[in-house]
Amino acid sequence: MALLQISEPGQSPNPHQRRVAVGIDLGTTHSLVAAVRNGVAECLPDGEGRVLLPSVVRYLAGGGRQIGHDATQALHTDARNTIASVKRFMGRGLADIAQAGKLPYDLVGNGTDRGMVSIETVGGVKSPVEVSAEILATLRYRAEDTFNDDLYGAVITVPAYFDDAQRQATKDAAKLAGIHLLRLINEPTAAAIAYGLDNASEGIYAVYDLGGGTFDISILRLTQGVFEVLATGGDSALGGDDYDAALADWVLTQLGLEAHTPADKAAARLAARACKEALTATEMVAFSAMLAGVEVRFDVKRSDFDAATAELTARSLAVVRRTLRDAQLARDEVQGVVMVGGSTRMPQVQRAVAEFFGREPLTNLNPDEVVALGAAIQAHQLAGNNMAGDLLLLDVIPLSLGIETMGGLVERIVARNETIPTAKAQDFTTYKDGQTALAIHVVQGERDLVQDCRSLARFELRGIPPMVAGAARIRVTFTVDADGLLSVDAREQISGVEARIDVKPTYGLSDDQIARMLQEGFATAAQDMQARALVEARVDADRMLIATQSALDADADLLTEDDRAAIDARMEALRILMATASDAAELEAATQALAKDTEPFAAQRMNRGIRQALAGKNVQTL
Amino acid sequence: MNLQSDDFELFGVPRRFAQERSALDARWKELQREAHPDRHAASGGAAQRQAMQWSVRINEAYQRIKDPMRRAAYLCELHGAPIRAEDNTAMPGDFLMQQMEWREALEEADSLAQVEALEDQVRQARRVALERCADLIDQQQDFAGAARQVRALMFIARFALDIERRLEQLGQ
Repeated sequence: MALLQISEPGQSPNPHQRRVAVGIDLGTTHSLVAAVRNGVAECLPDGEGRVLLPSVVRYLAGGGRQIGHDATQALHTDARNTIASVKRFMGRGLADIAQAGKLPYDLVGNGTDRGMVSIETVGGVKSPVEVSAEILATLRYRAEDTFNDDLYGAVITVPAYFDDAQRQATKDAAKLAGIHLLRLINEPTAAAIAYGLDNASEGIYAVYDLGGGTFDISILRLTQGVFEVLATGGDSALGGDDYDAALADWVLTQLGLEAHTPADKAAARLAARACKEALTATEMVAFSAMLAGVEVRFDVKRSDFDAATAELTARSLAVVRRTLRDAQLARDEVQGVVMVGGSTRMPQVQRAVAEFFGREPLTNLNPDEVVALGAAIQAHQLAGNNMAGDLLLLDVIPLSLGIETMGGLVERIVARNETIPTAKAQDFTTYKDGQTALAIHVVQGERDLVQDCRSLARFELRGIPPMVAGAARIRVTFTVDADGLLSVDAREQISGVEARIDVKPTYGLSDDQIARMLQEGFATAAQDMQARALVEARVDADRMLIATQSALDADADLLTEDDRAAIDARMEALRILMATASDAAELEAATQALAKDTEPFAAQRMNRGIRQALAGKNVQTL
Repeated sequence: MNLQSDDFELFGVPRRFAQERSALDARWKELQREAHPDRHAASGGAAQRQAMQWSVRINEAYQRIKDPMRRAAYLCELHGAPIRAEDNTAMPGDFLMQQMEWREALEEADSLAQVEALEDQVRQARRVALERCADLIDQQQDFAGAARQVRALMFIARFALDIERRLEQLGQ
């Protein structure tokens, strides 16, 4: 009789199977990559020991580019082609960009006022998705160099208040950078993980996250490794950049000056930022910049800065108030306030938050790093490196989802702050005899009129069997997955016909556009696309084989002998193909076949798991 | 038990109105700890899809079962007395008068104190309606009667939102 090998709980059976999984904080101002090494999450430095990668990409004539520190040098000298704070353009149209005229870029809208904004550079027209992908790819290489191994996958963080279009744009950027996205998680939630696990906290916490370009507030309940988001709110266009701009405006007004050229605009902002940073430690500092070839100097007191930006801080606190109301909590029920994001270093922000909650905020972790560290912990667990980990995130959708109905009104489908994943079904019928198609316009926001909400996409359902008006019963299911992303499917209930759906994202990239960018060998110009596809297919096949084997190890008793034999045969076929295949499509098909054949097994395993969870502790009432 | 089980079976609690919120919260987390897609991230596509379905189902059940009004509506439906608020407006007899009085009171209120007093009244009415629901469902098994109470509760919930909006206007 063969003896079973049993490994220590929580230990991976084979150290070589440990997968490189990282957390990436794709920030407005700078980005970071972190990983769990020897049980501890830490940020990975570049070759020169620097952890922060400035989120700046400079495009050069002839197709070259500089990323990070190299590019920041050019912020003054080549402002037009040196893209900073690109996160603010993700999933946004030209009309959405506040004060576009104050930015040193040539922004172009796509079509009329539809589609994501692009940036005209000397290296061609660039989508914000491409710019972000450059940053992500740089961090991916950093991680791969650090571990001298391929990256298995990454958890990438987004502001909690990002809408569907902004999340989708981030996911597309990961795809362009050749990163297997394990999960998109919300920045405040990631910060809560790092804090909560570090301090073994339990109870209700607020995370106040003021970054370079976005503001988030999340209220969480922490219990035994479960991070339950009770409510989230924010402003995806409020951050340190706005403090810089407000200060620059104030100083220029005092001097009676105006910045016209891209170089002057950039210079005024950079001088304001330097001023802001210095004012954290001192009471007075000189604003100095070269404007129109003339050196300008002006003394700024901290109280001037506070006054010039008081409106911004107040705006953030109004959001905090609303979010507490959504969570149905009073301020004094919050047991701790965590400060995240470099902009929370500003003394006036710390003071305002402390006054609001009546307690000093927690700042013992580096506000620049805490988000990436939390993401790394989550990535470590999602990659299966920490089988004993009992971390669980129960996050929410930040903004309500609805559909357009007659008269431009919004019918709400999924309410904000509902726990994800979630799905809602809605029945529709036809308006005319023989109608075979139906268009559904999905919007996101809290207002009653379509025009006041953000348009996400138009879904066109086709292939509805012709019937008399009002006879068809089309059930449309809106699903929001654990990344916070929406998908839609539809079925005519009487005939059972599945409708075909064409998605026209309002501010996103179409599949064709992404395919084209991938074709253009984006960020991986040196790599042969086909070779890369084959490598990825091999990784997927391997992942599927390992998953199936561990499922068999745990629950093979659920299978009949025939079922088991069929699965074994599929696995063997896939193993052989992995060693010999030269065509990615063939290997993908075999992986899919195994996935399909193990579907009923997966269902049985899940049922067993749920039953066991219920049997474990039966709720005793009365 | 499977994806088609009702909310009470899924949560392993008796099928009745009276429930302990803390027990439901704890059970929700136990179930999600088992079913959430993140717990199956390394287990391939089939398991992911299963996890997604279960996780969605558990959240759906939790949203409904934890909210007393929705729980009452659900029990009425399970017992053949659907709420059908869109085409059935039957409410408890004395409630219609009450509605009109409240609407008038909110229109005429011009101070914070007046609106807050109204808010207290509405809160109290909600409590009473929920107590009646509990009695009609758990003791008398009068589901048609409970459905009328649920319609009243739905009105109360909408009216509470109007009050909240008004309080916001009055700068609170």
